[in-house]
Amino acid sequence: MQKYIIKRLFLAVIIFFFVMLIIYALMRCLPTSYIEAMARQKSLQPNSKSYEEWMAQLTEMYGMDRGIIAGYFHWLGDFFRGNFGDSWYYTVPVIEKFNDTVWLSFWMGLITMFFELVIAIPLGIIAATKQYTKTDYTISVLAIAFISLPTFFFIALLKLLFSVKLGWFDLFGLVGRNYEQLNSLGQFLDKCHHLVLPILTLVVISIGGLMRYTRTNMLEVLNADYIRTARAKGLDEHKVIYKHAFRNTLIPLVTIVGGSLPGLFSGALFTETMFSIPGIGYTSYHAMVAGDIPFSMFYLAFLAILTLVGNLIADILYAVVDPRVRIA
Amino acid sequence: MSDNTENKNISAPIEEEQYSLNDDRRVKVLSPGTMVAKRFFRNRIAVVGLAILTFMFLFSFVGGIITPYGENQQFYRIDIQNKEYAGAVKNTELRYMAAPDQKFDSILQAQVVLATQKHNDTFAYRNVEYGVIEEGRDFYRITLLESDTTIGIAYKDIVTPSLEGKNLEFEFVLNALKAYTNGQQTFHVDGAGYNIDEDGGVSSENGEELAFISRYVVQTIIPGSFLSRAFQEELVAELEAGADRFVFTDTDGIEHEYAIDYKADVKNWVIRQATETRVYDTYAAPSCEHWLGTDRNGMDMLTRLMYGGRVSLIIGFIVEAISTILGVIMGGLAGYFGKWVDNLIMRIVDIFYCIPSMPLLIILGAAMDAMNVDPRLRMVYLMLILGFLGWPSMARLIRGQILSLREQEFMTATEATGVRVSRRIFKHLVPNVIPQIIVSVTMGIGGTIITEASLSFLGLGVKYPFASWGNIINDVNNTFVLQNYWFIWVPAGTLLLLTVLAWNLVGDGLRDAFDPKMKR
Repeated sequence: MQKYIIKRLFLAVIIFFFVMLIIYALMRCLPTSYIEAMARQKSLQPNSKSYEEWMAQLTEMYGMDRGIIAGYFHWLGDFFRGNFGDSWYYTVPVIEKFNDTVWLSFWMGLITMFFELVIAIPLGIIAATKQYTKTDYTISVLAIAFISLPTFFFIALLKLLFSVKLGWFDLFGLVGRNYEQLNSLGQFLDKCHHLVLPILTLVVISIGGLMRYTRTNMLEVLNADYIRTARAKGLDEHKVIYKHAFRNTLIPLVTIVGGSLPGLFSGALFTETMFSIPGIGYTSYHAMVAGDIPFSMFYLAFLAILTLVGNLIADILYAVVDPRVRIA
Repeated sequence: MSDNTENKNISAPIEEEQYSLNDDRRVKVLSPGTMVAKRFFRNRIAVVGLAILTFMFLFSFVGGIITPYGENQQFYRIDIQNKEYAGAVKNTELRYMAAPDQKFDSILQAQVVLATQKHNDTFAYRNVEYGVIEEGRDFYRITLLESDTTIGIAYKDIVTPSLEGKNLEFEFVLNALKAYTNGQQTFHVDGAGYNIDEDGGVSSENGEELAFISRYVVQTIIPGSFLSRAFQEELVAELEAGADRFVFTDTDGIEHEYAIDYKADVKNWVIRQATETRVYDTYAAPSCEHWLGTDRNGMDMLTRLMYGGRVSLIIGFIVEAISTILGVIMGGLAGYFGKWVDNLIMRIVDIFYCIPSMPLLIILGAAMDAMNVDPRLRMVYLMLILGFLGWPSMARLIRGQILSLREQEFMTATEATGVRVSRRIFKHLVPNVIPQIIVSVTMGIGGTIITEASLSFLGLGVKYPFASWGNIINDVNNTFVLQNYWFIWVPAGTLLLLTVLAWNLVGDGLRDAFDPKMKR
């Protein structure tokens, strides 16, 4: 097991190396004039450094004066030493801005995941146990509909219904107009109130995939021989499903849920942007659109790491949860 | 079936046929393709999906031909806009004019106001005595008491020269006002005689218009234009009558209509001219000509939707084609050769899986924005990038299937008969994976359409002047549009949702239909 994990870790590091090499090369391929124009534009911002300072920092940071490979190693060295540079767009150190925003995204993601699990898994199981009934068709079609739902369109519909027509929620923002006058409990509730629609959006768009996944796995388990045996020996259906089948369905579910845990930090780009929730998705979207290379590079590297860690967790969990899996 | 209907009235042969036990009556032989089609069409949900897709194709490709409008055809409407034309104010305060070579500064002017309010006819300032002589209604002449020289005048009726840019002399103004405020018809300055008509027009004896006296100040708001005396006179008459409309016929005989607004807070009138302007017919509500109204550029919404559908579907197809071809080649190679080739290709797949595609697309989109890439070229880039990012999942699928297929006997047979390697892979192995490819492509097109729409929605994908469902919905970022113009974004969003849904339903139906283990 230990050997397996070490091997996987080693592989992950290599993959990270090449992923970032591709991204770095792409960044380098952006015409220099574009970067210079960006630096010039950024230097005009209030409280910003001068153009020369930006360019010097950029050249230094990204090894622009070296070749792509040498420059890449230079950047990678800085990255692992925790030197991420200053954001152009926000004119503060990248890591500072990141720290300010990532936790909001994390909590949003965590709440979303809770609802996702609580809603999707039971529905998936119900659909599987009642295969080819109306319930099954309804749940399956709903799942596909949720998967097919374009996030931005769904958000627009939600806003029209709940914010414009009913007036229950604000259209934008994390805090209301009179946030400053509230006491700490009131402030907390105000934030919660503003997060209802974003979280609803996130739950609805993520629920479909998990529902289908649960249903497929449950169906597979229900067709297994040991379920037939359980039924044959006269266990009641409830026990068959919730004791024998469900526990086995949990194996792939735990794997996939465990694998998506790091993704909680990656932020919800569309949802946060459309609701103006200052999480990591919103922050990085604006940085990326503004051509903020230090922040974008950091965010891309961060996402790549999250994906790798997620895969690693999924692989390890798969081996841990299912004793039948033997690791080569 | 058709045989049966033909022989409806001949009953005996039918019965005979029904009871015959020939093989072709009892066993229906179906090709695998027909079996799949049969199973597919038995799935009602998948058929609904197929119907939606058929509709979308007709809507986008045929609709674009049928519609009378072009993709980028803009519509205009005549808009009557009230442009501010002039301002008028009734003068209620004293205005001053200094006599030539005399000092009549603002402190003295203030003293004059005080004196007139107290009805004094003299006042003193800094040991100098001044006289205030009321020459007429609201018209004063200020003199130095000692020498009896006039240093200036204070008046409320304003003398405006008839000709633009001409300055009136002090003596002229003094005498004109003196005559006007006392209701006289004539006055003389330096031996020349002048007439004042009842409206306050001042003309020389030979009838030349010189100036115009009025309590109202009328000023043009449009720079560089000058209001004629006739206009001012008529306007003042209307103002005094309290009218809110005013029609003026200019020297060319053209009637202009003006709206008059009194602003109580600043006590002045604003005269607006109603001018007809041709503007883009933006955000027009649905009507007979435009079934879904017009968008922010004044283009027909329904037509835009049709062309947008074309773009979305074509991009979906091309992207999937690129990633399928790449995926089949890479996956086929990896699966067939195994060992280090497989290892290498799968690690590349891992790397591609790890690239955060959406942020990367956003960054590239923003860079292309900054470099002003041509919209058509952009679309090509977009397809290439999406296709290139999409192949790994296809490669993984193909590889997995081929790994198990290559151990089967038919592959040993190809080896034994000496079939070329490339032929073995692409002629013998890959066709066995085609069901999975078809399902994956069908689902993939739906996903690609969403990705493209999302990018276009952010303004980083398909750009104006090309339509795409994503960039049509983009307008919803404007809260006003969100609240008031549902016809701008709801149809596009619905079409997008339906199309993606249909692709997924069809893909799902195909998966079930291809699955030989499926019972129903």
